[in-house]
Amino acid sequence: PLSIAPNVSRVVGALKKEAPQPRTFMRGIQTVTLIPGDGIGPEISTAVMEIFDAAKAPIQWEERNVTAIQGPGGKWMIPPDAKESMDRNKIGLKGPLKTPIAAGHPSMNLLLRKTFDLYANVRPCVSIEGYKTPYTDVDLVTIRENTEGEYSGIEHLIVDGVVQSIKLITEQASQRIAEYAFEYARNNQRASVTAVHKANIMRMSDGLFLRKCREAAEKHKDVKFTEMYLDTVCLNMVQDPTQFDVLVMPNLYGDILSDLCAGLIGGLGVTPSGNIGANGVAIFESVHGTAPDIAGKDMANPTALLLSAVMMLRHMGLHGHAKKIETACFDIIRDKKVLTKDLGGNSKCSEFTKAICQRVRDLD
Amino acid sequence: MINYIYIYIYNTLVTTYRLISMQLITYEMLMLQPPPAKYGGRHTVTLIPGDGIGPELLNHVKEVFRFSCVPVDFEVVHVNSALESEDDINNAITAIRRNGVALKGNIETNHTMAPSVKSRNNLLRTSLDLYANVMHCQSLPGVQTRHKNIDIMIIRENTEGEYSSLEHESVSGVVECLKIITRNNSLRIADYAFRLAREKGRSRVTAVHKANIMKLGDGLFLQCCREVASGYPDITFDSMIVDNTTMQLVSKPQQFDVMVMPNLYGNVVSNVCAGLVGGPGLVPGANYGRDYAVFETATRNTGKSIAGRNIANPTAMLLAGCMMLDHLRLYDYASMIRNAILTTMNETRLHTADIGGQGTTSEVVQSIMRNIQSKGPLTTDL
Repeated sequence: PLSIAPNVSRVVGALKKEAPQPRTFMRGIQTVTLIPGDGIGPEISTAVMEIFDAAKAPIQWEERNVTAIQGPGGKWMIPPDAKESMDRNKIGLKGPLKTPIAAGHPSMNLLLRKTFDLYANVRPCVSIEGYKTPYTDVDLVTIRENTEGEYSGIEHLIVDGVVQSIKLITEQASQRIAEYAFEYARNNQRASVTAVHKANIMRMSDGLFLRKCREAAEKHKDVKFTEMYLDTVCLNMVQDPTQFDVLVMPNLYGDILSDLCAGLIGGLGVTPSGNIGANGVAIFESVHGTAPDIAGKDMANPTALLLSAVMMLRHMGLHGHAKKIETACFDIIRDKKVLTKDLGGNSKCSEFTKAICQRVRDLD
Repeated sequence: MINYIYIYIYNTLVTTYRLISMQLITYEMLMLQPPPAKYGGRHTVTLIPGDGIGPELLNHVKEVFRFSCVPVDFEVVHVNSALESEDDINNAITAIRRNGVALKGNIETNHTMAPSVKSRNNLLRTSLDLYANVMHCQSLPGVQTRHKNIDIMIIRENTEGEYSSLEHESVSGVVECLKIITRNNSLRIADYAFRLAREKGRSRVTAVHKANIMKLGDGLFLQCCREVASGYPDITFDSMIVDNTTMQLVSKPQQFDVMVMPNLYGNVVSNVCAGLVGGPGLVPGANYGRDYAVFETATRNTGKSIAGRNIANPTAMLLAGCMMLDHLRLYDYASMIRNAILTTMNETRLHTADIGGQGTTSEVVQSIMRNIQSKGPLTTDL
């Protein structure tokens, strides 16, 4: 049974101070903001919408464009209708966005992150049966602090030939991400959380991060907590990834490790990702690029966006539909009859999508 | 307009001057002599046992060297990591300055102590200006791994970058950590990388960076690499962002040849590569400076959980010893011991637990010594 009130607080991983937000609710249908993106974005978004339609998921899509515009005062921002839609719906699905090199505005992803205060990047990495990599049985989640750390963008040229880059770690952000990691572990029945750090070298900064993780661990005694150095994690990850469960870490280590884990299961073309923000906002996205060379040719692989959408369904509490779509997708990949080029096959994106739709209907 | 031309000419002259002075310094480095042998042809080398598995592995190294009649004497300097004072590590540094060469185990850093107690290993590296950390990852035929035919050399800047240990808490709850990148050090490490690539007959050098986000810092590093690359037209140079690098390493590691990078990415990439070829017990590492050289295992693990149980893998430390012998120009001894180690690893398949076998450390060391005896010219009694 899908009663909404307990879902809202459980699923959003809400901090205690937040009151559950009222959802847009029309005959059981949830509205989601869809940002198709650039390059192959529109094709894979269409594919995902088709599959959701076939699965009869109670989702209504609201398409929006987030090309940056210059607001009053010259500050770059996303279009107000996109922001308003996102604030209303709270859940979003985003395709790949391109960052033009000399456009004068910061990267779109950065802009979205700042606008909605997306502080946690969650990337579950599960081995896909049927897409063979040297690593099998990978089942871990990387939770990365998304706002500060090494990517604060604060750099100075001190004297000619000496550059200083500032890595910022704050108590508030570390606490927020640590709390989120434990809530996530609890809500998704994960057994342990590992904090990844380099506190032997960066004593104060990673030391602060580690302290906050330890404090959060105290409040969540049902989840096991360990801490491990970044180099040890890297070493063990490539030898035996099955020993890891949930990993929480600051920005830079998270960037490297989440891509490492994506590489273990087959690359960015099959990895889902979600960004959790303050005020209950969550944007799920595919992390691969816009692939302009294959855009419009019906060759794209919608798996990454599809799995992110499945993650979104789970976040909303629609586990039945999530399981159905995910099973259909994995079945088609395992069958190996209809695969897109990057998965090793020769089929078109539309054929791949149709096969998944058919399988979804069969599973009903 | 004329001013811009003058400035352009000036900049070019300055860059050329810098490149030339770098070339002169590197010429000196090529001619670097290991410390002269004292007392009848025997070298003295500083030995720092460290913590965890360090002491037992270094004992095995001493045993093997004594057995093979290697003309090296070890001056043991203990460093107690539990103390707050820096006298121990300063003694060690003085000893290394005296002898010029050292072999060390990893010194533990207790990060629950006050932040003013810095990492001893880091202190050693920065005081002696050991600016290049070199690690050679090679697939060994006797070890089962998921990826085959890996042969990557990793050159990592060892003194600055994120490991500058400059942190402060300006406002309560907000900590700033400084990452310093300097032109001199970046040029130095890039030059070291290209020279080493040329010396070893390698064709490609890849710089690993994150200049799309850290535009000034890693941007400077990348620019220095490009400048140095222009002086080595026989070697291909390309660059790759660090997250893409790790992804490529776990899917297709055979594409990499020589990699050069700043400190933190070096830590990540070297550990990933060590994991790919079979684990921390197999790969030796070396830290080179202008005047000193310190040899250790590549992944610098303390191995507290396996200390004292006779299950640690002695290969990495023994191979580090061989690298040290090469540095001291005792090439014959080095190849003799190295061949014995590889024979034990590949033919007799005597493996310790970390690479899936059941042998103990002493069994492996005994096997190596037997191998040396059967092939070597002169040994002491077994």
